[in-house]
Amino acid sequence: MKIIYQRPESLTPATNTYCPGCGHGIIQKLIAEVIDELELRTKTIAIAPVGCAVLSYNYFNFDVTEAAHGRAPAVATAIKRLLPNRIVFTYQGDGDLAAIGTAEIIHAAARGENISVFFVNNAVYGMTKGQMAPTTIPGQKTTTTINGRIPEIHGYPLRICELLSSLDGVVYLERTTTSDISGILSTKKAIKKAFLQQMENKGMSFVEILATCPTNWKKNPLESMKWVKEVMEKYYPVKVYKNPSGTEK
Amino acid sequence: MKIKLLNGCEASAEGAISAGCKFYAGYPITPQNRYPEYMSERMEEIGGIFIQAESETSSINMVFGAAAAGFRSMTSSSSPGISLMQEGISYLSGCELPAVIVNMNRGGPGLGDVTPSQADYFQSTRGGGHGDYRTIVLAPWSCQEIHDYTYLAFDLADRYRNPTLVLGDGLIAQMYETVRIKPQKRRFAKKPWAINGCSGRKPNSLKSLFLTPGVLEAHNWKLASKFAKIEKREIRFEQYWCSDSSYILVSYGTCARIAKEAVQRAREEGIDIGLFRPITLWPFPYAQLGEYIKNAKKILVVEMNLGQMIDDVKIAAANSSARIFFYGRPGGGIPDPDEIYREIKKK
Repeated sequence: MKIIYQRPESLTPATNTYCPGCGHGIIQKLIAEVIDELELRTKTIAIAPVGCAVLSYNYFNFDVTEAAHGRAPAVATAIKRLLPNRIVFTYQGDGDLAAIGTAEIIHAAARGENISVFFVNNAVYGMTKGQMAPTTIPGQKTTTTINGRIPEIHGYPLRICELLSSLDGVVYLERTTTSDISGILSTKKAIKKAFLQQMENKGMSFVEILATCPTNWKKNPLESMKWVKEVMEKYYPVKVYKNPSGTEK
Repeated sequence: MKIKLLNGCEASAEGAISAGCKFYAGYPITPQNRYPEYMSERMEEIGGIFIQAESETSSINMVFGAAAAGFRSMTSSSSPGISLMQEGISYLSGCELPAVIVNMNRGGPGLGDVTPSQADYFQSTRGGGHGDYRTIVLAPWSCQEIHDYTYLAFDLADRYRNPTLVLGDGLIAQMYETVRIKPQKRRFAKKPWAINGCSGRKPNSLKSLFLTPGVLEAHNWKLASKFAKIEKREIRFEQYWCSDSSYILVSYGTCARIAKEAVQRAREEGIDIGLFRPITLWPFPYAQLGEYIKNAKKILVVEMNLGQMIDDVKIAAANSSARIFFYGRPGGGIPDPDEIYREIKKK
């Protein structure tokens, strides 16, 4: 018998606590697959965020540390500077990276820290059950914007890729989606490219991944995928913002 | 043996380097700006890492990362910056990570001023951030001591896997004294728990999150037994003329050094007084002080604040019938020996 598909070695057999249809499971599996393919498992150190993905140290089968809310880029900075031949990445949600941790991500990017950042944008606070995120889309209903986000009252969403694209320290910057198979495959490619950049000591590689949160969006998984495609991708264009010179698009 | 003329920031930094510190992250704040400046040069010379962070919040989280990776690491700051670090210190304690934090205490609350103060006693000795934890606190009174105790702080932090504070102040940060530099430490205990890549072993994880009912409680009890061990083993203090005195002055840090001169003068004039000086503020030398004040008639607590350590002195004096007096200079005021001498006479 021939094995044609199996759990990547970089994932533990633990059953994850993510809701049905949640984007985290897909994205973490993609990261694990890439780490296996590049044979980086025993060299990799991940920094988990505060939020639904905090428990990723139970799912990733390599060294993982927790970080205080939003501080993962600072933690990663020190680890990578001291252990430059390891692969260091942060895995952060939109509340973690784009609200409480904006100073840490912007300055780690400005310093050009040679780390990879995977930013999961699902436009809502997941673990605290559905409050407005910095990336909540105008009109989107959350538990703190029950009539929908009104920019004049709640402010405008942050477009993080656009914001970071002006910084010289970021060498690779791409927004991808998980709304369909081709998006998921592109996301995997982007994750791989991010790690390859890091292996070449180029600077920060940053991938924003649009993802679903069916529970807090009060949609079923299929409706959620559709909402990512039809609403989120319009507000957050899926594209390469910065490509390192000398690499293919 | 190398002897150098150094200020308190430099002396402490050299103590850290002798102890094998390989990582420093910090943010400028008066009165300890010399610390990051000096470390930026020295870390480069010794092949360590210096980072000027965007905030004290980031500094302490960089220290968290460095400690997680298994390196001796530190930051320094002054009071408002230390307030910003409390979140990170709580996480260090929760994850049981060793790190050293130097606080050159200045006047508060708020932005306060940039002059010496001891107003961060409560914050330093009661954990400081959220949750049930303590940090070891060492209070030097000279440039030599801040050198020696910074070195010691790294050993204690590693031994107990717990953040350790060196509590100086604006006075010690700015004054210059000759310092005997400690020889370079070369042997270190292994850190099998470090997050440095799982080659040849099972993956490690560091966390302070324990959601399963009862697990966090068990973790807290484990921390409690560690704190009890520290309380038993690591108490440090000094006393001068306390054995035969009925009047005891209690003070710490640079304030105690000023008070010592006043106590000496009072003794020369025939006043029966001794000086008790806690060096570890946590663990506080309750039993040791309690013994010296058992039969005392008067206790005078002198601090550069509104009265914070006095609470610990009262705990230590539970079995003493001595009357307890306080003299304090808050908001960056520094007492001189004359005024403490006058206070001694007044009580």
